[in-house]
Amino acid sequence: MAYLDKHEVDPATGKTTTGHQWDGIQELNTPLPRWWLWMFYACIAWSFGYWIVYPAWPLISGYTSGVLGYSARGNLAEDIKVANAARRKQSEGLENASLESIVGDVRLRGMALAQGKAAFGDNCAPCHGSGGGGGRGFPNLLDDDWLWGGKLADIHTTISHGIRAPTDDGTRVSQMPAFGRDNLLKPDEIRSVANYVRTLANLAPEPKADLAKGKTVFADNCASCHGNEGRGNPELGAPNLTDAIWLYGSDVGSIVTTVTNARNGVMPAWAGRLDPALIKALTVYVHSLGAGK
Amino acid sequence: MDSATLKKSMTVSEMALMVIFGCLAFLCLFIAGKSDEPGYAFHAGLSAIASAAAVFFLFNRYFDRPAASPPLEINGKPNYNMAPVKFATIAALFWGVAGMTAGLWLALELAFPGLNFDQSWLNFGRLRPLHTSAVIFAFGGNVLIGTSFYVVQRTCRARLAGQLAPWFVVIGYQFFIVIAATGYLLGITQSKEYAEPEWYADLWLTVVWVAYLLVFLATIWRRKEPHIFVANWFYLAFIVTIAVLHLGNNIAVPVSLFSGKSYIVWAGVQDAMFQWWYGHNAVGFFLTAGFLAIMYYFIPKRADRPIYSYRLSIIHFWALIFIYIWAGPHHLHYTALPDWAQTLGMTFSIMLWMPSWGGMINGMMTLSGAWDKLRTDPVLRMLVVSVAFYGMATFEGPLMSVKAVNALSHYTDWTIGHVHSGALGWVAFVSFGAIYCLVPWLWNKRELYSLKLVNWHFWISTIGIVLYITAMWVSGILQGLMWRSYTALGYLEYSFIETVAAMHPFYVIRALGGGLFLAGTLIMVFNVWMTIRMREDLATADDAGTRPVLQPAE
Repeated sequence: MAYLDKHEVDPATGKTTTGHQWDGIQELNTPLPRWWLWMFYACIAWSFGYWIVYPAWPLISGYTSGVLGYSARGNLAEDIKVANAARRKQSEGLENASLESIVGDVRLRGMALAQGKAAFGDNCAPCHGSGGGGGRGFPNLLDDDWLWGGKLADIHTTISHGIRAPTDDGTRVSQMPAFGRDNLLKPDEIRSVANYVRTLANLAPEPKADLAKGKTVFADNCASCHGNEGRGNPELGAPNLTDAIWLYGSDVGSIVTTVTNARNGVMPAWAGRLDPALIKALTVYVHSLGAGK
Repeated sequence: MDSATLKKSMTVSEMALMVIFGCLAFLCLFIAGKSDEPGYAFHAGLSAIASAAAVFFLFNRYFDRPAASPPLEINGKPNYNMAPVKFATIAALFWGVAGMTAGLWLALELAFPGLNFDQSWLNFGRLRPLHTSAVIFAFGGNVLIGTSFYVVQRTCRARLAGQLAPWFVVIGYQFFIVIAATGYLLGITQSKEYAEPEWYADLWLTVVWVAYLLVFLATIWRRKEPHIFVANWFYLAFIVTIAVLHLGNNIAVPVSLFSGKSYIVWAGVQDAMFQWWYGHNAVGFFLTAGFLAIMYYFIPKRADRPIYSYRLSIIHFWALIFIYIWAGPHHLHYTALPDWAQTLGMTFSIMLWMPSWGGMINGMMTLSGAWDKLRTDPVLRMLVVSVAFYGMATFEGPLMSVKAVNALSHYTDWTIGHVHSGALGWVAFVSFGAIYCLVPWLWNKRELYSLKLVNWHFWISTIGIVLYITAMWVSGILQGLMWRSYTALGYLEYSFIETVAAMHPFYVIRALGGGLFLAGTLIMVFNVWMTIRMREDLATADDAGTRPVLQPAE
């Protein structure tokens, strides 16, 4: 395209140019598109209207509060009040009812399960999984194997006070010694007892394992908590070693690591963080997940 | 005076810079030795080396240069200084690939969290600012510095002001990027989104940015045109406002000269307000005003058409500048920010809609009488599609600022989708278009190595953007709806972890889209590389910018 002279008409659009030129670039003298201008005015008018209705402009002290008297905090407080009132009505009695009577009452049980599921997802699922299936180091809550007991009262205590929770004086405590790290057992003793423990659960030991030595080591060091037959003790949170459920793995290497360093997992205490009725609801929910006792 | 007879002597600025960099080298060495923070000491050491290198290069340059300073004009034509523009263009390509690769890795980490390999420096929290800073400030910033130095010279018919200053700006800016990026990986951050670098990096950037402003202003000052071209208004608004925002949001008190840690002077909700006044206007003035300047030069140039409306450009420029600066509070809806500030943030965002679209109209309608070129010129197509994405993103933005919409969209992936429709569709595409125009002009080639490859780049990246933003729309709205969903008994229907699990397929699609976008960028890098290496050069540099571009196919 040849350069246009000043204020010449652009042949393609029929518009005049402004007469300026920069590095070959010219500008057309097109007026503002009408629709654009009216939309702009409409947006401004709408904003003025909004300012009249809602809190908008700061003043020396305070601000224009708007004719609706709206405040986000006021709205939120009102919403929470309404929601809480509705829930309180529905969950009436949950706070004072005993755990057993909640399970026995269809309405209370339904409320507890609904409330417990929501609370479980946001508080428990990060470790125990959203379905409660657990993971390595985090107990599966769907089975009937309970480290600290699976009765309603047991679960309620565990949730309220946690396990080895540093913030709670009433927390569940037991401490398996780090047999290897603290030189209570020699490596070959640990290997033997690991193999022996596998036989308790009907798992094959390593071919050259000294099971007799393992049995002696077990009787001298492990049986006091895990029982002579390795069936565990929920009073102490000592796992049953004869079943197929292994929190940290059942291969020889994992068991050797467990015996050498001990595990002593930690669960936080929820009393104080969650209100009592919610802890009850969670208890009923967790109890319902697997084979609660 | 004939330059051969002129006695060579050191200029005042050469001497002053050498003294300053010499002192800086010793100061940084001293700090590196005294600091007991390894990351900060590393940065001080790096600065000492860079300062010493600066002294060395200044000496070297002095011995190599002719006695006379380069003439402002040769035979009545401006003697343009394009070397810093070339440098910034190549730097933009490098950082673009680096930043987009980091983005792709982050997208994959979100879909498959194990990909951080338990390395602190690969952690999402450290890599995320690396991605955002690399694409916005390193890629986008170099495109802006490069194109602004090009456009201001051509549209003012004047050589770039200063001899050392433009180099100080482009190289100093790269050094800021290196300090910022290595700092993120080492865990050095002041935890302000898009303003993560600590006080010493901020100070350095301030010096560089003031030099940038001075070079730009001084070049406009010596212009041969009676009026200032519209692109230069936008560039100037961008440079000035970014300086103000940067200073306002980074007023911090360092713990000591020997510590990288600092504390911001703003407290609580005032700090949040400052942060989002900064954050939103980084979008408004860095990613909008600056790139609109690119649009105002490169689209009329490439289309060989006059700009649609001079009046619209004036009105939308001033409206944009005036209204944008108020819109920041919409990032803080339903927070501790007072209601009145939230209202202003929202209403000014609504009023911003048409001023933004003014730019889109001017960009699009400049093609009146030349629409057929979209068929044959993929570079022009890229530029025009970028304006279309700009229009879409600047409608979506005001929509999301409405409190009722924001209640659903805030904190969800919808925001990420919105940002990327602007960042990939608008900012990156208009940058790619400008680079495709610039490279043959700067390196004196008749055309790019391959327009076919530009076409491939265009389509692969466009599909990438579409996958990205649609995945984020679906995922964001799904996420927002899951968060607010209640059971009949009044309890939350979904736990947070369930909403995270629901995002997974969309995160995979997003990563695929990002991968395609990066692939397109790599095609561009290859094309640019081959263009620069092409044998055929134009006889004279000067007709490079004014020569007619592609003819439409008959």
